[in-house]
Amino acid sequence: MSEARVIPLHVDDAGARRRWRLGGPQDDRPAPEPEPVPSEPEPEPGAELDELIEFAKRRLGGDYTVDDFGFDRDLTDSVLLPALRPLYRSWFRVETIGMHNVPGEGGALVVANHSGTVPIDSLMTAVALHDDHPDHRHLRLLGADLMFRLPGIGTLARKGGATLACMPDAERLMSRGELVGVWPEGFKGIGKPFHDRYKLQRFGRGGFVSAALRTGVPIIPCAIVGAEEIYPKIGDIQPLARLFGAPYFPVTPTFPLLGPLGLVPLPSKWYIEFGTPIPTDSIGPAAADDPMTVFNLTDQVRETIQHTLYRLLAQRRNAFTG
Amino acid sequence: MTPSVVLVTGVSRFLGGHLAARLAANPDIDRVLGVDTVPPPRDLLRRMGRAEFVRADIRNPLIAKVISHAGVDTVVHASVSANPGSSGGRTAMKEMNVIGTMQLLAACQKAPSVRRVVLKSTTAVYGSSPRDPALFDESMTPKDLPSGGYAKDAAEIEGYLRGFARRRPDVSVTVLRFANFIGPRIDTVFTRYFALPVVPTVLGYDARVQLLHEEDALAVLERSASQEIPGVFNVAADGVLLLSQAIRRAGRVPLPVPRSAVGPVSRVFRGARIVDFSPEQMRLLNFGRVVDNRRLREQFGFSPRWTTVQAFDDFVRGRGLHPVVGPERIESVERGVRALVGMLR
Repeated sequence: MSEARVIPLHVDDAGARRRWRLGGPQDDRPAPEPEPVPSEPEPEPGAELDELIEFAKRRLGGDYTVDDFGFDRDLTDSVLLPALRPLYRSWFRVETIGMHNVPGEGGALVVANHSGTVPIDSLMTAVALHDDHPDHRHLRLLGADLMFRLPGIGTLARKGGATLACMPDAERLMSRGELVGVWPEGFKGIGKPFHDRYKLQRFGRGGFVSAALRTGVPIIPCAIVGAEEIYPKIGDIQPLARLFGAPYFPVTPTFPLLGPLGLVPLPSKWYIEFGTPIPTDSIGPAAADDPMTVFNLTDQVRETIQHTLYRLLAQRRNAFTG
Repeated sequence: MTPSVVLVTGVSRFLGGHLAARLAANPDIDRVLGVDTVPPPRDLLRRMGRAEFVRADIRNPLIAKVISHAGVDTVVHASVSANPGSSGGRTAMKEMNVIGTMQLLAACQKAPSVRRVVLKSTTAVYGSSPRDPALFDESMTPKDLPSGGYAKDAAEIEGYLRGFARRRPDVSVTVLRFANFIGPRIDTVFTRYFALPVVPTVLGYDARVQLLHEEDALAVLERSASQEIPGVFNVAADGVLLLSQAIRRAGRVPLPVPRSAVGPVSRVFRGARIVDFSPEQMRLLNFGRVVDNRRLREQFGFSPRWTTVQAFDDFVRGRGLHPVVGPERIESVERGVRALVGMLR
C-alpha cells in the first residue's frame, strides 16, 4: 500500500522513467550522462561496425568529395590520421606546446624546422594540429615535387592534403583560409648529417614569406625537437642516391645494416612548440615584392625557430625519455 | 552584337554539329554554315535545321572562297580533334589540326568580313606532370611542354591564332580551353574509357580529373559565337573527382597496371580499337590536371551548370552503364558481413 502511494510522486517530478531502468547504480547517473562529449556516440555494440560498414560503403560507391587539390577529408580522418596516431601517441609520445598560438579558423602559415631523414616530422605536426588543437585543424603540407613523382606516396600525400610547394598553390590555400605547413629547409634540412642536428639550414629563398605577405596571413614559427634522433644519418651513399634519383641515400646505425628492421625509427621523445604568430597583414601585400623585407622576415622566423630549438634542447635531459 | 553569318568547322562531330543546330535556332543569325570533310550523321543533320552543310576540307584553299562568298563574320573553329583513331591516324590528325587551322586562319586574314574567331582548344596545353601547380590559370605555361599528340597540336594552333590576332587586331579572338567532355551523348576517349567493365589505371597514381558536361560546353561555344568576349578562358566544371572515385561511381572495376606496363597495355587497347589511348592521355591518368575557371565566371560571365561530379553521374545514368559492382552487390556483401559478425558474437 505504501508503495502504491510512492509511484505517482515519482511520475510528477519527471522521474517516472527511472523506475523502469534496470539496476540500482544507473538510477543515479542519468543526469550527467548526456553531458560528456555530445559528439562522441555511446559505445553501443555494433555502432563501431555500423560506422565501419558505412565508411566502406562510402568508399566503394565513390561517395565522398575531394577538393581541387585532391584532399580527401573522409580518408584522412578515417584512415590516414588513425594510422599515424599510434606513432604520435605511443612511439614518439609527442608533447605540444603553445597550441593557443594557432588560430582556430582562417589562413595561417606554420613554418617549421625539417629533420629526420624521412619527413615524419611533417606528418606528426599534421597529427598534432588535428588532435591537440581544439578546432581539429587540418594542416595542408607543401611538399617537394619529388614526392609527387613517387607512385603511391605522391597520391597518398595529395589525399592527405599536401600539395606542391609552389607560390600559386600556397597562396590559393592560404587565401581559402587553410592552415598551411611549410618546411623551408627542404632536403638540406631533412638530409643533414647527424652531427649537424638542430642547426637550421638556409631557409630557401623566402618564398613562403612572400606568399604569406601577399595573402596577409600570420606566420607561426614551429620548433620540432626529437625528430633529429629518429634516423641518425651518419653516412650518405651518393652513387646509390644517384641510381634512385634521390637527393641522398642515408646510412644510419641500423640502416642498411639490419635491413628492413633498420627502417624502424628510434623512439625519441618529441616536443612540438608553436611560437607567437608573426602578423603580416600590417606590412601589406606590396612588401612581397621588396626583397629586403622578405629577407628580414625570413631571418626573423628562422631565428625564432632556432632559439626555441635551443631552449627546448636545454630543457630536455635525454633524447629518448625527454 | 549578334553575328549575321557564322561558319562552324567540324560539324560532323558532336560539338560542332550541335553548336550549328543551336545557332540555327537563333532567328537573329542570318546564316549558319557548317563545314566538314564528311557529312554529318543523318539525325545530326536533321537537328541542324536551316544550317547549311558545306562539304569542304579546311586544308584546301577552297575554304577562303566559302568565307568570302558567304560574307562570314564569325568563325567557330571546333574541328580540332583529339582522337587519332577517328581522324585516320596520328599523321592525318596532325595534318587536319595544324595545317587545317593554318589554312583557315589564312582565309580569315584575307576576308575583311571576318570580325570574330572562336577556337575550341583544350586544357591539355598545360601538360600534366608532378611539378604542376594544383590549379592552372590562363596565364600559366606548362612545366613540361607537350611533347606530341593532341596537346602539342593545340599549343601550336593557339600560337598560330595569336599570330593571326596580331596581324588582324580588328578581329576579336576567343580561345576556349576545354576540360575533358563528358555526358550522356558525347563520344570521347574518356566516355569510352569509363564504359569499359574493367578500367586500367596506373598503379600507385590516382589522378584528379576535372570534366565538363557536354551541354555546358555547347552553351559556352554558343555564347562565344553570339557575343564578343575576347580572351583566353579555361572552360571546366567546378570540383574534381579522383580517377579511382570516378571508376567506383560508375561501378567499374579498376585494374592497376604498373607504370612500365602501361605502354604495352594501351597499345593493346588501341590495337583492339576499344579505347584510343595516346601518351598524353596516359600522362593525364598519371598526374591529372585541374584548371581554375574563375575567369570564365567573372569575365566570360558563365557558370557551369554541372559540377564535375554531377556531370559524371549524368553520364553514368544517361549511358545506362550497368555497374559491374553495383549497390545490390555491396548490400549483399554488407548483409554477409553483418551475419558473420552476428555469428561470431
